This record gives sequence, structure tokens and C-alpha cells, in this order.
Amino acid sequence: MEFLTAHGPALLFYLFAAMALGSAVLVVTMRNPMYGALSLLVSFLSVAVLFFLRNAEFVAVVQIFVYGGGIMVLFLFVIMLINLHRLHEVRMFAQSAPLGILVGVLLVALFVFSFVGVGFGPALATPENMVSVEGQAAGNSEAVAWLLYRQYLLPFEVASVFLLVAMVGAVILGRRN
Amino acid sequence: MTAIPIRDFLLLAPEIFLAVAGMAMLVAGSYGRDNGGNGHRGCSVCAVAALAMTGGLVFWLQGGREVPEVILSGMFVLDGYAFFWKILLLIAATLTIFLSERFVAEGGYRPGEYYALILFATTGMLLMVSGFNLLSIWISLELMALSSYILAGYFKHQLKSTEAALKYFVLGALSSGILLYGVSLLYGATGTLELAGLSDALSLAVAAGDGQVLVALGWLLLAMGLFFKVAVVPFHVWTPDVYVGAPTPITSFLAIASKAASFAVLVRIFYQGLAFLTPDWQWLTAALATITMIWGNLAALTQKNVKRMLAYSSIAHAGYVLIGVLTATEDGQWAVLFYLAAYTFITAGAFGTVVLLERRAYAGETYEDYAGLARRAPFLAASMMIFLLALTGIPPTGGFVGKIYLFAAAVEAGWVWVAVVGVLTSAISLYYYMGLIVQMYLKDAEDTTPEPLYAPGLLATVGLCAVITVLLGLLPGPLIELAKGSLLPLP
Repeated sequence: MEFLTAHGPALLFYLFAAMALGSAVLVVTMRNPMYGALSLLVSFLSVAVLFFLRNAEFVAVVQIFVYGGGIMVLFLFVIMLINLHRLHEVRMFAQSAPLGILVGVLLVALFVFSFVGVGFGPALATPENMVSVEGQAAGNSEAVAWLLYRQYLLPFEVASVFLLVAMVGAVILGRRN
Repeated sequence: MTAIPIRDFLLLAPEIFLAVAGMAMLVAGSYGRDNGGNGHRGCSVCAVAALAMTGGLVFWLQGGREVPEVILSGMFVLDGYAFFWKILLLIAATLTIFLSERFVAEGGYRPGEYYALILFATTGMLLMVSGFNLLSIWISLELMALSSYILAGYFKHQLKSTEAALKYFVLGALSSGILLYGVSLLYGATGTLELAGLSDALSLAVAAGDGQVLVALGWLLLAMGLFFKVAVVPFHVWTPDVYVGAPTPITSFLAIASKAASFAVLVRIFYQGLAFLTPDWQWLTAALATITMIWGNLAALTQKNVKRMLAYSSIAHAGYVLIGVLTATEDGQWAVLFYLAAYTFITAGAFGTVVLLERRAYAGETYEDYAGLARRAPFLAASMMIFLLALTGIPPTGGFVGKIYLFAAAVEAGWVWVAVVGVLTSAISLYYYMGLIVQMYLKDAEDTTPEPLYAPGLLATVGLCAVITVLLGLLPGPLIELAKGSLLPLP
């Protein structure tokens, strides 16, 4: 019991991090796209739990609403609307697969060896400063809003133009002339 | 964290205006139902007018500053450096629109969205070169990149254009991910994204011991992302296919505007954000500059397609510009500004010539299609010769002056071997540029050789670029003075 109270958050972190990674691998390897999409949902939800563990409740809820909800529904719609059985399989990158695997393994090794035993220092966002606005206690969503609409206002607005361009681009490339 | 004063938004007026102009163009473009003719002409005139007015606003609100001013809670900086790039980028976007004349109309594609996307991409570039926080730089870079992906695939009935857009998108997204990952590691190590404080925070993190690994991986990944955007070997693989497949005016846009904006950001991040790591990035840049110059020029030797040759040439030229970047001296820095400004006119002119000879389905792009051009279109052939000489670096052109100052800055700063590689590879490049000049002046045209398009506006643009290229070779003084007045503080 003592062990659990002392290491509970760390255990939860490793459990859900492993789930997020494992289901992300399944997304790529599953042959049935419906299973792939559902694995993606598991991955999204596990990441949401990681956000909760870091006291970022607002981001966690947004992750579930936007990714788990909206984006997943879109994916499932697309999978249902296009008839996947009529697409024939093309092996596109078969030639470069060994090289790709080699580079991937090397990169993973580089990161693992670099980060083993490295202390990352104290977390930049402690629970206190995620719920306080100018020293006053507030909610997590309020703290996010203060950052988003004040300090990070410019990137936030540029992101809206960015999304407009993405929408216009999808229409241009998808439209029949 | 105080509220943002209204004045900051007023100072941002040029960027806001350009974004709004893009949106207005989208709305106006959706009213016209015909795909060619007058609607097209109207859209291009409006786009040029929007760019000119943005330029006026930049002059009025953001110019003439001795001391940099940081606004919008540290996201955006107004200094002479950003001012120089903004004017250059607006000129580059205007040249692109001039080159697009008739080109989009002939393909039967709708003009409104095409010009709107160019305006959005330019907005992203203006925000980029003024970005003073890694987050605002990154999102502006993405705005530019996303618009460029769509523009590269604008000829969606052509398989090559779609292929170009797809390759550009997939590799661009990958490189953005790498860049962002590097940024996140740097943030993890330092707790700041602002360029002003990043360098000091990096030195603290490295001194603390464990931070070393985070900082090293972080800046390497960040640099990789930036090198991808400026198309430096070994991050260049996307360039030839994208340059060949994209509509030629867009190829020109990528080669001049996109590249200049990315270089502007690269220099700002290296000089201001990563100042603490100067010797490290100098060596990395020197190594990449060397392989880029060698590989770019060698690969260009074997090309049969003029657009592909120009793509490899643009890779090689990114290598030459890196020479100026790595010196970390004032001479090197203004040489970079001068070279990229000259390169803008040279490359726009060269691609303009390609546009004039091009036919549907990418005909008219091989070396043979240029045979006997001197007899069929003497003016066009002479202009193209000027651009090719400038790309090689032969006087009296802007390309020659630019290269001389780049190499001189490198020698002065003690990077003699990089300058030597630059001179030697320039000699190699003479071979493939001369190949095209020989085709134009010494070979005879076959019956199947295409006639150049008759388009007075385009021809005038190409002529203007040729005149400026020669003028920059004969009277480089004013532009050099301008560049010298627009420097960043040295790292």
C-alpha cells in the first residue's frame, strides 16, 4: 500500500505511456482499417490520461473532445464511405524498407542512449502555476486562456489563418473542375 | 503578463492587411464563373495592388528603426533586418504573380484561390522574418509551407504536379515535426522560447550538466528542420521532383521567396537564439555547405531538363549562401543579404524564360527545346544568357559581385577551405550553364522545337530582371549600403 501511494503516479504514467505507444504501433500494423482507427482512439485516450497526470486538465479534456470525439468520428466516416475492398494493394516503399528500418533503429538507439540517466530538472509547469493567474488562484482553463489570449495571442491568430488555408486547400484539391 | 496595447496591433497592420486581402480575394474569386480571361487579369492586378499596399504599410509603420522594437509580448520584432527581408519578399511575390500571367488561365484553373494562396504564403513569410519567439516563427513557417504545398499541386490534372505536392507535403510535414521536436527539447532544457533570452538560458542549462544532452539534441534537430526548408544536402531530396512538378511560377516562388524567408529565419535563429553555440553550428554549417556545393553542382551536370537543372542549381546556391552564414561576421551577413536579393531577380528571370517556352504537359523543358533560340527570339535568349552567367558568377552581373563578397567574407573570417570549394564548384557549374548557352546560340532549331509564347507582360518581367541583374553587377553600391544597414547583432 505504501509502495502504491509513493509510486502511484509514476506507475500510472508508465502504464498509459506504454498503452499510448503500443496502440500507436497497432494503428500502423493492423490490416483492417477499422481496427486501426479504434487503436488510434485508445492512443488518444491514453495521451489524455498522461495530460491529467500532469495536472493539465483543460488540455486533457480537449484531447478527449476534439481528438477522441470529433476527429475519430471523421476517420470512421471516411473509412465507411470509401470502399476499401476495391482498392488494390500497392507495395510502395518495399525497396527502401531495410534502410528505413536501419535508420529508425539507429534513431531510437540515439535517443534512448542520450536520455538514459539524464535528469530533466524540475518540471517547468508545476501544478500551482497551471491554476494561477497573476498569483491569484483560478481554474486550469482560465490559466490556459490567459496564456493563449495574451502572451501567445499572435501564434494563436496565425494558427487561425493557417486553418483557413488548410480548409481552402482541401476544397481546391478535392473539387471536381 | 499585461494586456497587449492597441499600438502593437497597429504596428502589425501590414501583415493583417495582407491576410485580409487574401481572404477578400477568396470571396471575390468565388463570384467569377469563368476560368480564364478577364477574371484572371483582374485577380492578378488586385494581388499586385495588395502586395504594393502592404509594402507601403511596411515602409510607413515598420521602417526606419535604429533600435529593434519587440511587440506583442515578445512574439514579434521590428528591426532593420526584418524590414529588408519584408521588402525583398514582397518583390519576390510580385515577380511570381507577373510570371503567372496567362499560365494559370491556359491550364483552365481558377485564379482566385491561386492568388489568394500566394498572398497567404507571403503573409506567413512576413510574420516569419519578424518572429522573435520559436513558437511564432514555427507557426508562420507552417502557414507559408502549407500554402506552398497546395500551390505545388495546383495543376491537379497533371500527375507530376500532384506528385510534387504529395512529396513536398509528406517530407515537409516530417521536417516540421523534427523542427518542433527540437524546439520542445530546447524548451525542456531552458524553459524559454524567446530568442532574446534563449542563448543565455542555453549556457545556464549546459553549465548545469544534465542539460547538455537536451541542448545538443535540441539544437541539432532544430537546425535539421531549418536546413530542410532551405534545401541543403542531405536534406534536399524533395527539391528536384517538387521543382519540376510544380507549376513553373510556383517553382520560382519556392526558389526565391520561400528560400529567402527560410534563410532569414535560419540566420536569425542561429545568430540570436543559438549565439551561445556559435562554434558548433559554424562547423555543422561549413560541413553541409561543402557537400551541398559539391553534390548540387555535380548532380546538375547530368540533367536533361532545364527545370531540373535549375533545381539542382538552387540547391548549390543554398550552399554558397551558407558560406556567408557560417562566417558569423558583419561582412558575411551583408553578403548573404546581397546575394539572396540578387538571386531573387536572377532566378525569377530564369524561370520566367522557362515559362515562356513551356507548353502544356511540361513540353518545352529539355535542353533541345532551347536550340536556336538566339535566332528565333534574340531578346529572350540574351536575357537567359545574362541569368546563366549570373548564376555561374561571371561579371558584369549581380551573381558575380555576390559570390565575390561571400568568398571574401569567408577568407577574411578564416574559412579559406570553404571558399576554395566554392570557387572550384563554381567552375564546375560553368559546364552545365554553358551547355544551355551553346544550345541557344550555336545549335539550329528543329521543326519540332516549340516557338516561345507571345506574352508582352512576361517578356517585360524577364527583361526587367535581366536589367536589374546587370545593374547589380555594375553598380552594387546602393544595395550593399542597404544590406549593411540591415544587420543583426553578431553572435
